[in-house]
Amino acid sequence: MNTQKLADLYRSMFRIREFENAAEIASQGGVAAWGLAASAKPALVRGPLHLSTGQEAVAAGVCHALTKEDMLTSTHRGHGHTLAKGADATKMMCELFGRATGYNKGKGGSMHIADFSVGMLGANGVVAAGIPIATGAAHALKIQKKPYLVACFFGDGATNRGPFLEGLNWAQVYGLPVLFICEDNRISATTPTKTMSAGEGAFARAQSFGIPAVQVDGNDVMAVHEAATKMTAEIRTQGGPRFIHAVTYRFKGHVSVDPGTYRDPKEVEAAIKNDPLIATRNKLIAAGLPLSQVEAIEAEAQKEIATALAVAEAAPWPVVTDAYEDIMNTSAGVWV
Amino acid sequence: MTISTMSYAEAACLALREAMKADPTVIALGEDLGRGGVFGQYRGLREEFGPDRIIDTPISEANIMGSAVGMALAGIRPVVEMRVIDFALCAMDEIVNQAAKNRYMFGGQGRVPLVARMPIGIWSASAAQHSQSLEAWFAHMPGLVVVAPATPADNYGLLKSSMASGDPVIYMEHKELWGLQGEVDTAIEVPIGKGKKLAQGNDLTIVTWSRGVGVCQQALADGAFGKLKPDLIDLRSIWPWDKEMVFESAARTGRLLVVHEAIQVAGFGAEVAAATAEATACKVKRLGAPRIPVGYAQILENESRLSVEKVATAANSLFKA
Repeated sequence: MNTQKLADLYRSMFRIREFENAAEIASQGGVAAWGLAASAKPALVRGPLHLSTGQEAVAAGVCHALTKEDMLTSTHRGHGHTLAKGADATKMMCELFGRATGYNKGKGGSMHIADFSVGMLGANGVVAAGIPIATGAAHALKIQKKPYLVACFFGDGATNRGPFLEGLNWAQVYGLPVLFICEDNRISATTPTKTMSAGEGAFARAQSFGIPAVQVDGNDVMAVHEAATKMTAEIRTQGGPRFIHAVTYRFKGHVSVDPGTYRDPKEVEAAIKNDPLIATRNKLIAAGLPLSQVEAIEAEAQKEIATALAVAEAAPWPVVTDAYEDIMNTSAGVWV
Repeated sequence: MTISTMSYAEAACLALREAMKADPTVIALGEDLGRGGVFGQYRGLREEFGPDRIIDTPISEANIMGSAVGMALAGIRPVVEMRVIDFALCAMDEIVNQAAKNRYMFGGQGRVPLVARMPIGIWSASAAQHSQSLEAWFAHMPGLVVVAPATPADNYGLLKSSMASGDPVIYMEHKELWGLQGEVDTAIEVPIGKGKKLAQGNDLTIVTWSRGVGVCQQALADGAFGKLKPDLIDLRSIWPWDKEMVFESAARTGRLLVVHEAIQVAGFGAEVAAATAEATACKVKRLGAPRIPVGYAQILENESRLSVEKVATAANSLFKA
């Protein structure tokens, strides 16, 4: 085992976990959903927050197989992908807080974070909507003869939407450089995906298009990373799409204020007991990285997220006129 | 500068050809484009530019539109063919939630310079799913430009302006106009948002677009308005629309008739009428289709069609107490 590589992956996972935990706390009292009373004091994160807590191994494992020039489309549960692709945690936190200094100037929030400077073309509030966009970005790369690829993350719920079928077919027909990653947390919002899906699931559906696919333990960061490394290399040398079906588990509810009472508590308990973050930490120590170095990685990430929180809370709000900017060239200034 | 006579379809083809020659990032994608498009509006382009720039696609409207958004974000300027606007309904998420909102939602990081061509209108006994005019749907959406040319010259000029605009443009050609012949002067630019005055008069203002233009011109030629002299305006762009021209005219005539083939209820004519009445206190009248699906049999289809008689009756009604 490559200890340095594992340490990098652990750093990435830990950073995501810290970010999600911090954002979760900052969102309490925000959305008055799931019958919860709105708090008297408005939450720092007002809007819905779809946490990827427990799924960090998929984001880290895949994104560490990408180059900076490679592009990425993500989902409503996209903080992990965005962080792992190299986005700045402070600018992300500012966006969650709705501040002018956020990635989207406070216009998008958690569901729409994008960082085009690292090829992150956007999280998306619509399930499966990133798939056609990813195929288009990959089509552009093919037209431009650029040697990069597009990583396209989506959940298991997306495999029941039309754009999943259209996009997989499209990528295979044109031989486009797309790495599809089905991040299968086994639940579609609040309903078990299995109860809503015919056939054998994402992996089988990908194979039915003739797309080379693998199924990996999405809680084993090294397994995810090795699959992604192999498949990105194949895309770069042979062209065409590849598909990773990574099975993982969502620790939290659909959104941060959802207690997730529709799940069997034993199932959640078992998943938390097998926390991929702790498993990775144990592997890292077993591989010989001194505990002091493990703790240094953790302290560094904790400091980064603490800074992100402090900066975000002090950051300026957008001004009213910002509502009228970044819309279109034609007819800018004509709003009625 | 070249002036020549060509069809509405050929004019669009010429505009696209010139844009593709001038800019290697311009491409077109859609079903059956390789054989020239379902209405021949892409004829010859595949031979000239090859299959990587005139892209034949699967019947996957959502992915056609969604991939065009992805292409645009990655530096390509796609022209998207939806075949008929009725099929664009299969791509509404990609148009409304993705193309239109990308720039704003992501804080101005991305641009989506694409032109989505979606032919509108009643044509060739095509019934309820191949005949709609849905300009009002898209006029409602921030982030989108909406254009509806009525002549070969405007189809040439507006397609060029649309491709150059840098915004997502909903480009509505009318299926019954493909064969319409007219002079095209390639030196004339047609800016988005500017109407065209087709007749001068002081008695009433008639605002129309797309297929409505020909019907209103026919009414004028037939003398259907009697002694009334209308100011006749082809709006050409639905969003932004030429308020300056319409308001000036309506303020002068005191009477406004808006004519469109789309369903009258909540049609874009309602917006034009309301905005103009607010600005000028003019009297207003709308003429659009009844709120019924377009029927197949001629007698049924006619109920949804504009006619010289319907336009004349609507115009005259503005003069009744």
